[in-house]
Amino acid sequence: MRWLESNLGLVWDLMLTHMSLCIPPIIIGFLISIPIGWIANRYRLTRGVILVVLGLLYTIPSIPLFIFMPLILGTPQLSSLNVVVALTIYAVALMVRSASDGLGSVDKDVLQAASAMGYSGWQRFWRVELPLSGPVLLAGLRVVSASTVSLATIGSVIGVTSLGYLFINGLQRRIPAEVLTGIVSVLLIAVVFDLLLVLLGRLVLPWSRRDRSVRAKTVARSRTAVLTGAGS
Amino acid sequence: MNLIEQGFAWILDPENISGPSGWVARLLEQLAYTFGAVAIAAVIAVPLGYLVGHTGKGRDIAVSLSGGFRALPSLGLLILLALGLGIGFRAPLVTFVILAIPPILAGAYAGFEAVDRRTIDAARAIGMTEWQVVTRVEVPLGLPLLIGGLRSSVLQVVATATLAGYVAGGALGAFIFEAFALRDYPQALGASILVTALALVLEGIFALLQKLVVPRGVVVKEQREVRSRSSRTRAVMGTPIREGK
Amino acid sequence: MIEFRSVTKQFPDGTVAVDAFDLAIPPRKTTVLVGSSGCGKTTLLRMINRMIDPSSGHILIDGEDTGSLEPVKLRRRIGYVMQNSGLMPHRKVIDNVATVPILGGVPKKQARDDAMKLLDTVGLDRSLALKYPRQLSGGQQQRVGVARGLAADPNILLMDEPFGAVDPIVRAELQQETIRLQEGLGKTVVFVTHDIDEAFLLGHQVVILQKGGHIAQVGTPAEILAHPANDFVASFVGADRGKRALRIQRVGDRDVVVDENGTPTGVLQP
Repeated sequence: MRWLESNLGLVWDLMLTHMSLCIPPIIIGFLISIPIGWIANRYRLTRGVILVVLGLLYTIPSIPLFIFMPLILGTPQLSSLNVVVALTIYAVALMVRSASDGLGSVDKDVLQAASAMGYSGWQRFWRVELPLSGPVLLAGLRVVSASTVSLATIGSVIGVTSLGYLFINGLQRRIPAEVLTGIVSVLLIAVVFDLLLVLLGRLVLPWSRRDRSVRAKTVARSRTAVLTGAGS
Repeated sequence: MNLIEQGFAWILDPENISGPSGWVARLLEQLAYTFGAVAIAAVIAVPLGYLVGHTGKGRDIAVSLSGGFRALPSLGLLILLALGLGIGFRAPLVTFVILAIPPILAGAYAGFEAVDRRTIDAARAIGMTEWQVVTRVEVPLGLPLLIGGLRSSVLQVVATATLAGYVAGGALGAFIFEAFALRDYPQALGASILVTALALVLEGIFALLQKLVVPRGVVVKEQREVRSRSSRTRAVMGTPIREGK
Repeated sequence: MIEFRSVTKQFPDGTVAVDAFDLAIPPRKTTVLVGSSGCGKTTLLRMINRMIDPSSGHILIDGEDTGSLEPVKLRRRIGYVMQNSGLMPHRKVIDNVATVPILGGVPKKQARDDAMKLLDTVGLDRSLALKYPRQLSGGQQQRVGVARGLAADPNILLMDEPFGAVDPIVRAELQQETIRLQEGLGKTVVFVTHDIDEAFLLGHQVVILQKGGHIAQVGTPAEILAHPANDFVASFVGADRGKRALRIQRVGDRDVVVDENGTPTGVLQP
C-alpha cells in the first residue's frame, strides 16, 4: 500500500500508456476483421483457408512475434509500433472467427425475406446482416479486449513501456506490492473496457437484450473460450 | 533478411544444439513445462468441469472464471509467484498450471453442455444410471470440446513457457532473455524461430488429434437438415404495392 | 395392469401438473392419454417409469408400488419411445437398439443379434444397422426408437408423442405399424398425444384430459363419440362438426352417409 501511495503518479502514467497501446489494436483489429469475416463466411473455400492461416498466426507466441516485428516492419527495435502491430495481428486472428460466426448466425430466412422486400446486397449487409450479428461480434470483441490488455504487458520485456514495467521493475527491486499493483491495474483496465463494451452493446443493440442474444452470446463465448487461448 | 539467416545460422550452430545449455535441452524443458502443467491442470479441471457440466451448478462461476483469467497478465503472475517461491522452476510451473486450468475447465463443461438434453433424457428413460449417463453419453459426446480445451491450454502454455527464462526457469526463453542482455539479436531470433516452430507443430498434432476423437456419428452429414432449410418460406412483411390509383 | 391411485404432482415452481389422479390401465391394450399442451399427459406418462416422482399417491404395476422399486431397474423393464427418437448420435443404429439389454448384462454378441431381429420387427432394412442415427430420415429414426423401446422385451411400452415430428404420410405408416406391433406382441402400450384422431385410431381406451390432469372422460373411442361426458369433450373430439357430424341421406334404396357440409363420405352396408 505504501509503495502505491508514493508511486501513484507513475502508475497513472503507465495506465495511460498501456491504454494507448491497447486501444488501436482493438479498434483496428475489429474494423479489419469484419470484411475478412464476411469473405470467410461468404465462400466455403475461403473460410477454411482464412481460419487456418489466422489460427496459425495466433499460434505464434507473443515474445517471438514482438521480436520478428522490426524485421517485417523495418521499425526500430524499441518502437511501440512493433507491439501495436503484433497486438493487432492477434486481435484480427481472434476476431475474424467471431465475425464469421456472427455473420453466419444470422437466420437465412431473414436474409431471404430482406432480399425479397427489395434490399440491395449492400443495404442488406448494413441494415440486416451486420446488426443481427451484433451480439456475437460483441462477445468476440470482449474476448479480444481482455486478451489485448493482458498481452500488452509482455511488450515491456522487449523494452516497450506498458504496465508490464511494474512487473519487471518489481522483480529487480523485489517489491511484491509493485507487481501486485501492476496485475490489479491490468485487470482494472480490462474490466473498464469490458463494461464500456457491454454499455456500447446496449446502446447499439437495444433489441438483443435477453432471449435470443443471450443464448447466441453464451454459445459464442464458450466456443471461443474453448477454441482459442490467449498465448503469451 | 540477413538477420533471419543469422537466426537460422544460430540454430544450426553445433555449439548451440547439444549439451545442458543447448537448445535441444531447452526445448525439452519447454515441453516438460507444457505437458507437466497441462497434466496437473487436467487432473484438477476435468473432474471439476464435468461436475459443473453434469449438474449445471456453479456454471456462472466457471464461465466468469474462464473469462476473467483471460485478462490476467501471465508475466505479472509469474513474477509475483517468483518473488514468493524463489527463482527456478517452481514459480513458472505453478503459473502455467493456473493458466492451463480455465481452457480445460471450459472445454470440459462446455462439452457436457453441448450434449442434446433430449439425448440425456432418453438415456435416463431407458434405464441408464447417472454414472452410465456420464460415462456412456456425456463423456464421449463431450470429448471433441474437451480436446479443444486441452489444445488451447497446451498452446497457451507452450507460448507462455518462454517466460520461464525470465525468472531463471530455463526453457527456450532463457536464450531470448540472455540475448537481450548481450544485445545478441541472432540468438533472440533463432530461439524465437524455435519457439514458434514448436507451437506450430503442437498445434498441428492437436488439430489432427481433435479430428480423430470426434465420435463418428457426430460428424456424419445430416440428411434432413440440408433439405428442410431452403424449401421453407417465411412471410415477408413490407409496404404493400398499390395497384391502380 | 398399471394403476394410478390419487396421484398428485406439484412441481417446485408451484404448478400442479396432476391433481388426485386415478386411473386403471388395462394390460395388453393400448391406452391413449390425449389433451392439449399443459394438461399433464407427459407428466403422467413419465411418472410410470419414475422419470418424475409423484408428490403424493401411488402408481402400481401389477399390484407392485413403483415407489418401492429402484428407478433404474424399473426403467430397464419398461420400453420408452419419445418424440425426437432420443437416439445416441455417437452409436450406430444396432448399438442404440442393443443398449438396454447390454446395460442389463446380456452378452454383446447376443444383444446385437437380437437387435437385428428387432429391426425386422419394426420394418427397418438390416442394411441400416451400421449407420449412425443422423444418416437416417426422421421416420426411420422413430422406428429405431421403437426398436430400442422393445429391446428388453418389456411388458409395457410408453410412447410420448412419438410421431409428432414426422410428416403426415410417414406418421400414418408408423401408426399402422404401431397397431400391428401392439396386436402381434400383446404389449401394454401407454401413448400420449394431442391429436384426437391419433387417439381414436390407436386407443382401445382413450383418456381425455383437461388442465391439471383432470380426467374429462375415459372410454373406448365409440363410447366417447356416442356419449361425450360434457361440452368440453364434445368440442374436443369435434362430435358436433366436420367429418364426425355425419348424417344419413336416403338416396333411392340406399343410405348414404354425408358429413356436416353434405359431402358424401360412404354408403351404409345393409
